[in-house]
Amino acid sequence: MNGHEQYADDLALYALDALRGEARARVDEHLSTCAACRLELEQLRGDTALLALAAAGPRPPQRGRQRLLDAVAREARVPAVVRTSARSLWWGWLLGAAGMALIACVVLVLRENLALRQSVISARSEASKNARELEELRRIAAPIIDPEAQRVTLVSSKAVPQPQGKAFYLRNRSSLVFLANNMPALPPHKAYELWLIPVSGAPMPAGMFKPDAQGSASMVHPVLPAAVEAKAFAITMEDETGAATPTMPIFMMGAGE
Amino acid sequence: MSPQPQGTSTDLALVTGLKAGDQGAMAELYDRYSSVVYAVALRVLGDTGAAEDVLQEVFLQLWRKPAAFDAARGSLRSWLAVITRNRAIDSLRKRRPETDIEDVVLSVAPDLAGDAERARVAERVRGVMGTMAPAQRSALEMAYWEGMSHSEIADKTGEPLGTVKTRIRGGLMALRKAFQG
Repeated sequence: MNGHEQYADDLALYALDALRGEARARVDEHLSTCAACRLELEQLRGDTALLALAAAGPRPPQRGRQRLLDAVAREARVPAVVRTSARSLWWGWLLGAAGMALIACVVLVLRENLALRQSVISARSEASKNARELEELRRIAAPIIDPEAQRVTLVSSKAVPQPQGKAFYLRNRSSLVFLANNMPALPPHKAYELWLIPVSGAPMPAGMFKPDAQGSASMVHPVLPAAVEAKAFAITMEDETGAATPTMPIFMMGAGE
Repeated sequence: MSPQPQGTSTDLALVTGLKAGDQGAMAELYDRYSSVVYAVALRVLGDTGAAEDVLQEVFLQLWRKPAAFDAARGSLRSWLAVITRNRAIDSLRKRRPETDIEDVVLSVAPDLAGDAERARVAERVRGVMGTMAPAQRSALEMAYWEGMSHSEIADKTGEPLGTVKTRIRGGLMALRKAFQG
């Protein structure tokens, strides 16, 4: 610890995520300037990994694999990479030999061939880009256009101008699009927090937002727990760092339409 | 990183595949590590449905942010185990994720390639835990598997905060020593 023994116990708690409040803030501040303690924290996390690896249990249900791969396919970023194999190496040699023959025979033809290849690669790249953009648009639009999506309107109990929020939530994809307008301006260091209120259990944070000068705001796909059935959505005003539980009073709330 | 006995590609090659959008690499990593991830999630949550949700979430996070794993610092198996424990505790305590996976960096000394090595490590960890005083083992387990803060543990056990802190660190040091010796 190189003379930093006073942080030793707290670092162990920090690694376990068991340190809260001011003590955690003190450690955060110290870590920002102390490489030795950052290294010790990495080692402590490695120690905690040993605890995790001692866990034993049944194998996960087979359905989980397909569920994951379906979700991954929906979030495909780029076309799958072709890994190097003996077959692809053969093709590479073949193409190389063909190229050499072309060079030896007709330079002009090679140039034309190269130009054509570049066009094909460019066209494929463009098609790939378009496919990714289309998939991204489909992913974003799914909670709005899918007939299974819950449509929730949140309104204020106060008078004009009426703040309004629209939440489009697709449970089976854990996807959410939220739009708001006429939202009152926030005090300094405050933000609105959207809450997903499940059928059972405590409200879950569903994203923070600050309206623009016109009182409008939107959120697309904030991080949500998987496949939670929503009974309602609500909005509270919180510190801009966010809250783990809603601070009363509830500013807006709405159930499914 | 050591070659993995369960497949033909190393973890590093598969994570590189993820960065390029290779869905086949994702399937291979799932086959390799879903048992570890599910076991950790189930140990924390005690509910198969909730554990399946965390399993999905952890692998999707890996898919979305493969660069968060620093192969130079340790094994993917250990990193996933730590990420899973953290996410499961967040789920158990119904709170937003407190630590981004990109911020979870760990150093791991033991070579953890393969299920056989994992089984050996697990047996050794249980052995070390078995040698701890019951109060120390209990404090460490409450912090790790139940996600309790040191003050919550102190309230529950009626012991001073300082004692709880020292016991928890002492427990982790005992584990470290067992794998360094």
